[in-house]
Amino acid sequence: MSQSLFDKIWDQHQVKTLEDGSSLVLIDRIFLHERTGAVALESLHDAGREVLRPDTAFCTMDHIVDTLPGRSDDTRMPSGKAFIQATRQATQAANIRLFDLNDPQQGIVHVISPELGIAQPGLTLVCPDSHTCTQGALGALAWGIGSSEAEHALATQTLRLIKPKSMRVNVNGTLPAGITAKDLILHLIGRYGAAGARGHVVEFAGPGIRALDLEARMTLCNMAVEFSAFSGIIAPDEKTIAYLKGRPYAPSGDMWTQAESAWRELYSDPDAVFDSEIELDCSALSASVTWGTSPEHATTVNGCAPDPQQHARDEQHRAAMQRALSYMAIAPNQPLRELNIDAAFIGSCTNSRLSDLRAAADVLRGRKVADGVRAICVPGSMSVKRAAEAEGLDAVFRAAGFEWREAGCSMCFFAGGESMGYRERVMSTTNRNFESRQGPETRTHLASPATVAASAVFGRIAEAAEL
Amino acid sequence: MTPFTQHEGYAVALLQPNIDTDAIIPSREMTSVGKRGLADGLFAGWRYLAGQGRTPNPDFALNQLDDVSILIAGPNFGCGSSREHAVWALVEFGVRAVIAPSFGAIFRNNCVRNGVLPISLPESSVQALAQSVDSARADDCIIRIDLPKRQLSTATGMALAFELPHSDHNMLVNGLDAIGLTQQHSADIAAFMQKDAEVRRWAQLSRSAISR
Repeated sequence: MSQSLFDKIWDQHQVKTLEDGSSLVLIDRIFLHERTGAVALESLHDAGREVLRPDTAFCTMDHIVDTLPGRSDDTRMPSGKAFIQATRQATQAANIRLFDLNDPQQGIVHVISPELGIAQPGLTLVCPDSHTCTQGALGALAWGIGSSEAEHALATQTLRLIKPKSMRVNVNGTLPAGITAKDLILHLIGRYGAAGARGHVVEFAGPGIRALDLEARMTLCNMAVEFSAFSGIIAPDEKTIAYLKGRPYAPSGDMWTQAESAWRELYSDPDAVFDSEIELDCSALSASVTWGTSPEHATTVNGCAPDPQQHARDEQHRAAMQRALSYMAIAPNQPLRELNIDAAFIGSCTNSRLSDLRAAADVLRGRKVADGVRAICVPGSMSVKRAAEAEGLDAVFRAAGFEWREAGCSMCFFAGGESMGYRERVMSTTNRNFESRQGPETRTHLASPATVAASAVFGRIAEAAEL
Repeated sequence: MTPFTQHEGYAVALLQPNIDTDAIIPSREMTSVGKRGLADGLFAGWRYLAGQGRTPNPDFALNQLDDVSILIAGPNFGCGSSREHAVWALVEFGVRAVIAPSFGAIFRNNCVRNGVLPISLPESSVQALAQSVDSARADDCIIRIDLPKRQLSTATGMALAFELPHSDHNMLVNGLDAIGLTQQHSADIAAFMQKDAEVRRWAQLSRSAISR
């Protein structure tokens, strides 16, 4: 029988079906971080339970640690130190590998897991973090869970699941030069809505996807959760195999040979059936940016904010649009390029990898950030940081007027410590433009690294093509 | 976990779509490692007047009625971050059920694991419910939920049936602990893992990690 990529992985992991209609699914890898991991481990411990297979669990410090140079356990987030130290203690007690704040492999979970070869094609991987879907870019079934589910996975090496539905997004054509996976995913969510893939495992497929390198695929899958997908996944190909070869936690020797042949079986059969399919031609896309407070509020940099009177589907939609415009201090029909910005942020699990930093540096080389704009670059991992420094990208960012930071989630969200300023307008490579996400009533516009860099230079929303 | 059978309580409506878990519990309100001490931070960005500490915002629905235990919400409620703190904050505040056209998937799962009933109803029914509790009389804002019968009714005379997957129903009605339930299958899991370790030798981390 014809199977999708997702069906194949599901079947390989389904331990049994349960009387209540759900399935027990084997979990191959569990990743934790200091924001939600410590509470799961402590709660597990308090219940008198143990981690069944500590060798399959990993933990990093990314959400709360400072990203300023010379950082220590004392973070700017009130009580942040307690999270860091509790995580260190709990992982040590459970014998779980921790990428601590001074570890050369430390970084954002969804950056380091692929980078270290922990995420692999055909594996199930979970993390109490909604952007775990990022790792589907390698052909893993990777998804975000809550703390209770994390405890369940740690204690039993399984989760109880009702099999999600499946969707395929066929991307035809190839992206124009300078247009990226970030522009593509914002376009997709803008067109089909933030709930467009509700409950589905979304397979991104087609020539437009095959043409993307692994880091771009991670950016794409990263925002599957903003599309309400259960997860995003991309079939492994030669690029995936080449990417993983030699990574620290990837198989080696004989096991590599076995892995390679297993991975080559991981694709959707030609007549596999999906619960829904979307066709998209990416060859005419342009740079995307969001205007509102949901990732679905996306348009092009050259576009205008919508007019709720004209563009709303119904009364509720109109009210939501109006609320978002008012929060963002944008008038209906206002051209987005008129909007001056206060800050630019390059980083996060969406866009903090070497290729992202290169794209931004290409825009910034020989240029300066506009007066009055605070610009920050936070590499996704210490490995990314070292690689960027080895090719001189840090010097480009610094010369342009960017802060150059240590690895972490940083100001993707406001946890009480560092933040963007009150009502500041921020161009950001992150994934969420929610109200007050990056600071008190901060106005976040999501875009690609090149678009954020160009906007930093102009001091207003701008695209790299304007330079 | 507290079993959920019948519940009667005051309901308010928060109908805007895509209310995310950052809004339910802002990251800055999650100040301790544990699951408690979160109710005060529930909807903090909206519930309190900006820049005025904890002064309640009189325009926010949760400040207009005491003892609210049921939320009527818009589509995609609880989207965004996986933080279970959103559900822990709701539970601590006293919320037992959320009624919405749809939910963020992780949030929905977190609800079930913490004894909060997520009820999905068509958008038109949710809007009708919201209208029925849009009243200055607190008594009109009461909703009764009977989970075993999968029915709810309002003080104003509306009655609606809802559906819930059997697995969630079972977990909520009996107040079950999912880990304990799954551990009853430990032998099957161990056998599966043993077989899997032979079939997918490459995927066994300890072995590949040793060889690195």
